[in-house]
Amino acid sequence: MKEVGRNLPRLDANDKVTGRAAYTADLHRPGMLHGAIVKSPHAHARILSYDVSAALAFPGVACVLTGDDVAGGKFGPFIKDECVLAKGKVRFVGEAVCVVAAEDEAMARRAAQLIEVTYEELPAILTPEEAMAPNAALVHEDDAANFRIFQTECGGNLAWACAFSEGDVDAAWAACDVIVEGEFETQAQAHVAIEPCGALAEVDAAGRVTIWSANQSVFRVQANVCDALGLPMSKVRCVSPRVGGGFGNKMEMHVQGMTAALALATDRPVKLILTREEDFEMVRLRHPYRIRAKTGARHDGTLIAREVEAIIDCGAYGDDSPGVMGFSLLMARGPYRIPNFRASGRLYYTNKLRFGAFRGFGNPQVSFATETQLDEIAAKLGIDPFDLREKNAVRAGDRWVGGGAVHSDGFVKCLESARHASHWDERRKRSAAPGKWRALGVACTAHISGLLASAAIVRLLEDGTVVLNTGAVDIGQGSDTVLPQICAEALQIPVHKVALSSPDTDGSPYNWGTTASRVTYMTGRAVVGAAGEVARKIKVHAAEMLECGEADLELREGGRVGIVGIPQKEVTFRDVSLRAHWAVGGPIIGAESVMYDKPTIVDPKRTVFSGLPFPQIGVFSFNAVVCDVEIDKASGKTTVLEAWSACDVGKAINPMSVEGQIQGGFVQGLGFALFEEVVWDGARIANPSLMDYKIATTLDVPREIHPLLVEEPELDGPFGAKGIGEIPICAVAPAIANGIASAASVRLRQLPLTPERVLRAMLAQGNVV
Amino acid sequence: MNGEQLVNLTINGRARAVRATPATTLLTVLRDELMLTGAKRGCNQGVCGACTVLVDDQPVRGCLSLATNLAGRAITTIEGLGQGRELAPLQRALLERGAVQCGFCISGVLISAFALLRQNPTPNVDETRAALSGNLCRCSGYIKIVEAVCGVGEEVRS
Repeated sequence: MKEVGRNLPRLDANDKVTGRAAYTADLHRPGMLHGAIVKSPHAHARILSYDVSAALAFPGVACVLTGDDVAGGKFGPFIKDECVLAKGKVRFVGEAVCVVAAEDEAMARRAAQLIEVTYEELPAILTPEEAMAPNAALVHEDDAANFRIFQTECGGNLAWACAFSEGDVDAAWAACDVIVEGEFETQAQAHVAIEPCGALAEVDAAGRVTIWSANQSVFRVQANVCDALGLPMSKVRCVSPRVGGGFGNKMEMHVQGMTAALALATDRPVKLILTREEDFEMVRLRHPYRIRAKTGARHDGTLIAREVEAIIDCGAYGDDSPGVMGFSLLMARGPYRIPNFRASGRLYYTNKLRFGAFRGFGNPQVSFATETQLDEIAAKLGIDPFDLREKNAVRAGDRWVGGGAVHSDGFVKCLESARHASHWDERRKRSAAPGKWRALGVACTAHISGLLASAAIVRLLEDGTVVLNTGAVDIGQGSDTVLPQICAEALQIPVHKVALSSPDTDGSPYNWGTTASRVTYMTGRAVVGAAGEVARKIKVHAAEMLECGEADLELREGGRVGIVGIPQKEVTFRDVSLRAHWAVGGPIIGAESVMYDKPTIVDPKRTVFSGLPFPQIGVFSFNAVVCDVEIDKASGKTTVLEAWSACDVGKAINPMSVEGQIQGGFVQGLGFALFEEVVWDGARIANPSLMDYKIATTLDVPREIHPLLVEEPELDGPFGAKGIGEIPICAVAPAIANGIASAASVRLRQLPLTPERVLRAMLAQGNVV
Repeated sequence: MNGEQLVNLTINGRARAVRATPATTLLTVLRDELMLTGAKRGCNQGVCGACTVLVDDQPVRGCLSLATNLAGRAITTIEGLGQGRELAPLQRALLERGAVQCGFCISGVLISAFALLRQNPTPNVDETRAALSGNLCRCSGYIKIVEAVCGVGEEVRS
């Protein structure tokens, strides 16, 4: 293979290193206005009245909109429970209440401060415990009227419940020689894409809206805006400039709906870019989980039973929460054979910012609990943590929770790779510096790539080069390079002969989104299919041109097609395409649509389940992480000195890009493990700035993070590939926690693993110098 | 309005007269007036470093620098680093080593690294990590960025 498997530098990097790449905030339109948002100061309050007169009178103001001014309905991916601007009441501090459009941003922000909204405060529900209390105030009184993708247990402040079980967990505990049980808590994490969310909307003379925005799916933007504003999809065109990171934050709606509403109301282009503070306070965060987990094994380390119960804070709106909960519970058995397994989750509405999709989609939260317990069992039984995992590892032919087929031995290979590369078996030889403890910690996870629909269109241009169009948004993960590599390989042409269309709901085929680690795997499959159709059509022409059968033809490197065994009998793609464009048949276009519709889960004969929000998820991938952890005895501060992350990627289309995903995912996981936490002061987020919410800098990361690529081909993946986007973040926190337990003999069950928590645990144990 | 005045700046080697009030930041002048959008607004608080530009060879935060204070100073943005379509060695190194992902931080990273290499053409890993510690990147985990910057130094050495 020429193009697949090579370290092609990113095709969009040239624009990025020269400052040419245009992100949403960089765009300008003639006559453009700027938007600003009035935010709720209350967690829960009825809106009694608006006085917008002073704002409207302010120089430069073109328009003010309140919730009463926006026609249309509610939106949301699982529960349609949200409006573009609050209607009737506000449900969290920071919720958008009104929007202003003015000639410049400063005017818009000053005018926004002149809007008077009168509220009647209501009791605020700030935790799931408060939400489930009898007679608790209701976050959504009209819950029963909200559309849900299907009915499940809900009501009161319970937004969604989900449960499933296999085997006989209750009976299995008696067969266990060792049982560990514990309660775990994970915190809210902020995505902190360096590009804040924003949008630019423009209306044409016929009232049709075009929206440029920071997004992970132009089609989700279109669907959400149309739901929210009551517009047919034919009246809304969504396009994507460059996107400065997403991590889940930009998959569903942020400001696109209100920006489009302003453009429609003013008949002028409107740009609205969130400040960093607004990006923290208004968009979405990773769900805090409270998890009770119990795992049991026999003396020999055979895992027998596991039970996981999660109480999850939904925040004020449903967003992706039901999906996150359901997916995380499906991952709670981990990549292990555990015959008796039960998981349940309850998701509660609260008066906090919505929680939603974030790289890992609930997996990092449950993996913190379950991978901690594997090490606890290993310690109790005196078994090496790697040996315990290897003994119970899922292998090709095994079934996932629910019955989905595992296709590869990738997990065992990840274990071997990480164990070997980290010199795990010689780990006692690593010496700690004076005043420090030091040890290696391991943790593992599985993830999926798949879900829902993608498509691709490949068009052969007159000169034999091609244009690829998929509608997939590159949010920085690299699909604008990887998809052309796949297309070039499938047609055996150099990648520079493949042009890539940018995502556009007018011109691109549907793509659910850059999410669920799915673009390489799902869209890549569509690209292979579309390129294959082009190849077939090329052969139809070539057979007529060379007077042979189509079956006798082969594609040759560099855009040629010839008769097998006769080197001189060939025509170029250019010859074929010129014929198609000017003489016979018309232009050559290949298209392919794919859907992840394999019945992976859930087999009702095997598993009792309720409330699981999706029946098919995807193919499984695997990960084993080892961290060399150092703890300062005096301060309790944890440092990761070096890390190894073995990921089963099927086939690395672009190994350098895969390495970047692994290293970047590891560091985002390191922040989750050690220091990132959104903190509330009452109902208000106390640290909505990069001064007070710390993300990793160059000085916080290990000097070396070794990406270990395990390539067990996925049968139907493009050239064997599957996704890598999310899995590298999922096992980092438990790997570090297991390293801390091994080094300092303290077991922490609450994230982040701050120096204070480590020190307190050490003091509580008398384990301090 | 609001005490707007003309300020003479030298931007990427060219004299430019820009309008600014005493409160207008260099970043606003660059992005909104001169349409030099390579410097990014990531936090507007001087933390993320995405707006880093050179003022007389020193990396500074565009969002914290007031334009009226910079009269007569030489300002270099990412748009001024290369020579036409020819990439500077640092730009090429970041591209070729896979250090660029979403790209939103990268103009600030480039400016900080450019200033480092000018002062110290062969920085080691520690020096590079220290010099780039004010540029937040959420995608890369920094490993390939540091490798690329050190790699430019290695090219100089060899």
